[in-house]
Amino acid sequence: MTRTRRRPIGPPDPVAGNGLIDRRALLGRGALFAGALGTGLGSASAAAEPLADDQWTLEPGSVVPAYQMPSRFEKNVVRTLSNPKGEPRTSHARTPHHLLAGSITPNGLHFTIVHAGVPDIEPDQHRLVIHGLVRRPLVFTLETIERYPMTSRVTFLECGGNSAPMFSKEPIQASVQAIHGLVSCAEWTGVRLSTLLEEAGVEPTAKWMIAEGADAPALSRSVPLKKALDDAMIAVYQNGERLMPGNGYPMRLLLPGYEGNMNVKYLRRLKLTEQPAMSYYETRTYSPILPNGKAYRFFFVQEVKSFITHPSFGQMLAEPGFYEISGIAYSGTGRISKVMVSADGGRSWAQAALQTPVLSKAFTRFRMPWHWNGGPAILQSRAWDEAGNVQPTRAQIVAERGETKTVPNVLGFPSQHYNGITSWSIEGNGEVKHVYA
Amino acid sequence: MSTPSAADLKSLRRKGRVRPRGLLDLLVRTFRSSPFVAALPFRELLKVGNRPTCAIALVLALGLSSSHAEGPNLGKPINQADIAAWDISILPDGTGLPPGSGNAAEGAKIYAEKCSACHGENGKGGTNGALVGGGPLDRIEAVKTVANFWGYPTTVFDFIRRAMPWPQPRSLSNEEVYALVAYIFAQNKLIGENDTMNAQTLPKVKMPNRDGFIIRFPDHI
Repeated sequence: MTRTRRRPIGPPDPVAGNGLIDRRALLGRGALFAGALGTGLGSASAAAEPLADDQWTLEPGSVVPAYQMPSRFEKNVVRTLSNPKGEPRTSHARTPHHLLAGSITPNGLHFTIVHAGVPDIEPDQHRLVIHGLVRRPLVFTLETIERYPMTSRVTFLECGGNSAPMFSKEPIQASVQAIHGLVSCAEWTGVRLSTLLEEAGVEPTAKWMIAEGADAPALSRSVPLKKALDDAMIAVYQNGERLMPGNGYPMRLLLPGYEGNMNVKYLRRLKLTEQPAMSYYETRTYSPILPNGKAYRFFFVQEVKSFITHPSFGQMLAEPGFYEISGIAYSGTGRISKVMVSADGGRSWAQAALQTPVLSKAFTRFRMPWHWNGGPAILQSRAWDEAGNVQPTRAQIVAERGETKTVPNVLGFPSQHYNGITSWSIEGNGEVKHVYA
Repeated sequence: MSTPSAADLKSLRRKGRVRPRGLLDLLVRTFRSSPFVAALPFRELLKVGNRPTCAIALVLALGLSSSHAEGPNLGKPINQADIAAWDISILPDGTGLPPGSGNAAEGAKIYAEKCSACHGENGKGGTNGALVGGGPLDRIEAVKTVANFWGYPTTVFDFIRRAMPWPQPRSLSNEEVYALVAYIFAQNKLIGENDTMNAQTLPKVKMPNRDGFIIRFPDHI
């Protein structure tokens, strides 16, 4: 600390209240700014310990495995399970967003929901039939599907019930994994559904496509033909390898931006019809009740949304100083155009940096430099998409969609399709809590 | 190796039935991944019609054109009879309902044997949801039941047939499903105790919450 102080102690170039910093200052100021970092942003820690060789550098390492797994020190980076004993009900596995970075969810950590276990499908025996209002009903095998021209796209998948704890009348003290863990993002590779439908010959009277899985409940959803002919895909690969069993092996319907449940896994049948089936999941489960007693049907779209993953509930800020606020933004109607971040509960906002490439209907990682002064702070993020949609505040969601009368179980689904703002409060001791602000 | 004529290849390509094999396959793969291939004037080469000199170019053109020909057409045609075992879709107007019938008395016996372990005695609920009764939809987290929420009677038949009982889905006969639907509807006083459910009567059952829904995004349909 012998350098000349050219700047006062404290965050340089604030862009919004409570310590949000201009990212360009951090990236572009060079030596001058490094000095400011040393005095203002860094911690006043003592000098580092002398360096010595550790044991693992003094002996050969282990045998290379055929399929590698994360380091044993990462054993806590796992999904949380709602039904670990496989009782006769739905099972959920939630993505640990607070332990991940970037915008792709590793396959082992992609969220999974199954309504009667994960089927053990022999890929050579699997069939996909397209029938109903088509001129030529057709059956495809995995092998024939793979011979079609392939396409890849990165897209998020989100359960319609993701973030349901946000409907609680009081903020549930739970991690971003518990609250928002039913959304993930992967690169999916497969065949455009329109190619197969064109070969089957869609009759002009067809308006809907009933998709059905080869799992125990033969899960069935009705999809507007408009969507099926737009950007729907029969996905066979997930982040470069075959689909995970929990994500639909050997093939699934992929409807970018649409409610996860409609992206039927273990896809075995597509029936074109004039009317929707009004199946259990579309007319019961994913039809959220409104405050006036009516219910929304055919919600379909996962609307523009964001949440902060770092820092978030359960984490502890060790000391005042520099932190990077980061999180995930996405929209079922296109690209994220802007994410704003607040450190003072929404009184002032600054524009976050978006990690490129910003892809349509995919996770976009946003980042915002922040100097925590050790005082109270409430962190929020708010996203906009290219279609002009704005992520609502929680108050706006509650005004339209209501909130619970009692505090629900964090694993419950009091309603669906919450895309409002999430607020994390930084306490004086560095603890991160969930608040409504 | 015999060399197919340009006409032969074009014809096969249209039908999507050509898959280069062996040496030709290797050539295709090699050349498809080569950057200069895109610049080759395939159409011009094809016009020459000189078999020996054009054979490789033809094969290359074939490999490259697979994505913009009429389509691979690799699906096998199947007739309706052969789809029947999978075609369990039922539409709200009753389309797809199978032959057969059942009543509440028959349903009560099946229910006690195959359903009550999870859904409780007389459908009052157990480890899984109640099938009888249901409160008002006076809160967003209200428990949704057949009586207070489900919009269509066909959905009840469809879901039981495709997904129940939990340990053995699609093990019930159509008669058993009709009987169970009759039992559940009668318990909920949606039909009379002695009413029979079949493909004609079932779709006509009036569900109390039939008109309780708002389409969220009509422009997506």
